[in-house]
Amino acid sequence: MVIDREQVLHVARLARLELSEDELETMAGELSGILEHVDRISALDLDGVEPTAHVVALDNVLRPDEPEASLERERALAPAPDAEDGAFRAPSPQAR
Amino acid sequence: MNERGATSEARYEPVIGLEIHVQLRTRTKMFCGCELSFGDRPNVHTCPICLAHPGSLPTTNERAVLYALEIALALDCEIAPRSIFARKNYFYPDNPKAYQISQYDTPLATAGRLGEVRIHRVHLEEDAAKLVHVSESGRIHGSGESLVDFNRAGTPLVEIVSEPDLRDPAAAREWLQLLRTTIRQIGASDVNMEEGSLRCDANVSLRPAGSSGLGTKTELKNMNSFRFIERGIAAEIERQRAILDAGQEVVQETLHFDPRGGSLTSLRSKEEAHDYRYFPEPDLVPLAPTEAMLARARESLPELPAERRERYAAELGLAAAQATQLAFDAELGDYFERVVESAPDVDAPVIANWVAGDLVAALRDADQDGDSPASSRVEPPALGKLAAMAQRGEVSSGAARSVLAAMVAEGGDPRAIVEREGLGQIDDSGELEAIVGRAIEAEAEAAERVRGGNPKAIGPLVGFVMRETKGRAEGAEVTRLIRERLGA
Repeated sequence: MVIDREQVLHVARLARLELSEDELETMAGELSGILEHVDRISALDLDGVEPTAHVVALDNVLRPDEPEASLERERALAPAPDAEDGAFRAPSPQAR
Repeated sequence: MNERGATSEARYEPVIGLEIHVQLRTRTKMFCGCELSFGDRPNVHTCPICLAHPGSLPTTNERAVLYALEIALALDCEIAPRSIFARKNYFYPDNPKAYQISQYDTPLATAGRLGEVRIHRVHLEEDAAKLVHVSESGRIHGSGESLVDFNRAGTPLVEIVSEPDLRDPAAAREWLQLLRTTIRQIGASDVNMEEGSLRCDANVSLRPAGSSGLGTKTELKNMNSFRFIERGIAAEIERQRAILDAGQEVVQETLHFDPRGGSLTSLRSKEEAHDYRYFPEPDLVPLAPTEAMLARARESLPELPAERRERYAAELGLAAAQATQLAFDAELGDYFERVVESAPDVDAPVIANWVAGDLVAALRDADQDGDSPASSRVEPPALGKLAAMAQRGEVSSGAARSVLAAMVAEGGDPRAIVEREGLGQIDDSGELEAIVGRAIEAEAEAAERVRGGNPKAIGPLVGFVMRETKGRAEGAEVTRLIRERLGA
């Protein structure tokens, strides 16, 4: 396996995900599968092939600097599990 | 110990690079049509895009791209033919996407220069939401909670990274001021540090004097004024010097400057801070500035401070220091030019002295320190008129200072002030000679010494005449008349 348990734990920690032992195993397998696929591509002779950051052959999709209506504040806050004083309330990163 | 302290100054050379963020002055956000605002009620400028609702898609603001191109061109950068947006992944409540849209390995522009400092890169990105840590303010009970305001989320930012070409805190501050003036002239940002539209972090390291390698660097954050930037960098240089002097190693970390105590505290551990797992943003296509976009950006560039300094020195004949002073303070330079225009008979260097010397000093004396010439009561044409009157000898230099003080206090026309206060130069030599006669009587002792061959004794005599004439007489003429009378 390309990805071991420790690496999965590290990435999970960065994304603030809590994984069970079973999930750790599954993730290590699936992530390794993805990287192995990339390894197979890397094994090909890719000299002279431009790296592809985007699959769509388009540049410069731009919009004019014109204001559009924003959401009503009540609507914006409606899906929030916890709102206070017109703001979203979140656990403080300091207290983590 | 003493010996050590004395030598360490020379043993280490500070190496400083700056990383600057400026909020662009667009009407709308970087990737959505929400209006930018400052000081509005929280969360009144949001939409599914800047709130990161699933399925929403960003579209790049054309005006933001043009501003970024203008900044990059002003900094003499190479513009990338194709630059790519990237996701910078991090987990924090100020960004519910869990990534910031930024640029990584192909930024908008690279390899520029401003003044003596090379520019490493210039790229576009988006600002995060604003967090209010409520546990500190005590507004709600319980601890460890933040209120999130998304008005700022998605504001267009240009990040400018300098090469580590700065060598001392004062130079860093001066260069940042030049950068601010440059961006303000372009009109791309308000560049206001108090309001956060200009933010600056500094990378600081020390190396043995004479070496060309780089020591371990630290990153300083939260220096939200020009004074704090200078002080923060100076404090960090001292901190690193003490560590190296003690034979220990500097740890690479991010430090937070506390302006009250002047102390530096570690922000977060670096292994977490720098694991951003960048990858190309699949929701945005590459940015490939067209010839038309580049031409438009180039045409809208105004005269920049560096060019202005050059013009002041080469065309107007200003000395280097004064050319810099006037060119790097755009408002002061604009004021100066309006005075020059209004007084075609007075040489520009003379006017530069009036503006940057006499007027600035008069404002300071009048306790109008906060007032720049531009915001003062002194209109540029009025100052030009005073300069011309002084040049023609209609007012003495002493009287001109009194007139200027009156103009600072109440504004108005210098000629009217001269007439009202009776400050016109005495050109009736009969009147002046009579006063000189009285001076010789009143200061007989001094007059005797001048007669006896002591030219330095003339002071009390000249002083008498100046008091009597309220400074309306030109000092050189008074001295000449007294000497003539005394046969000295």
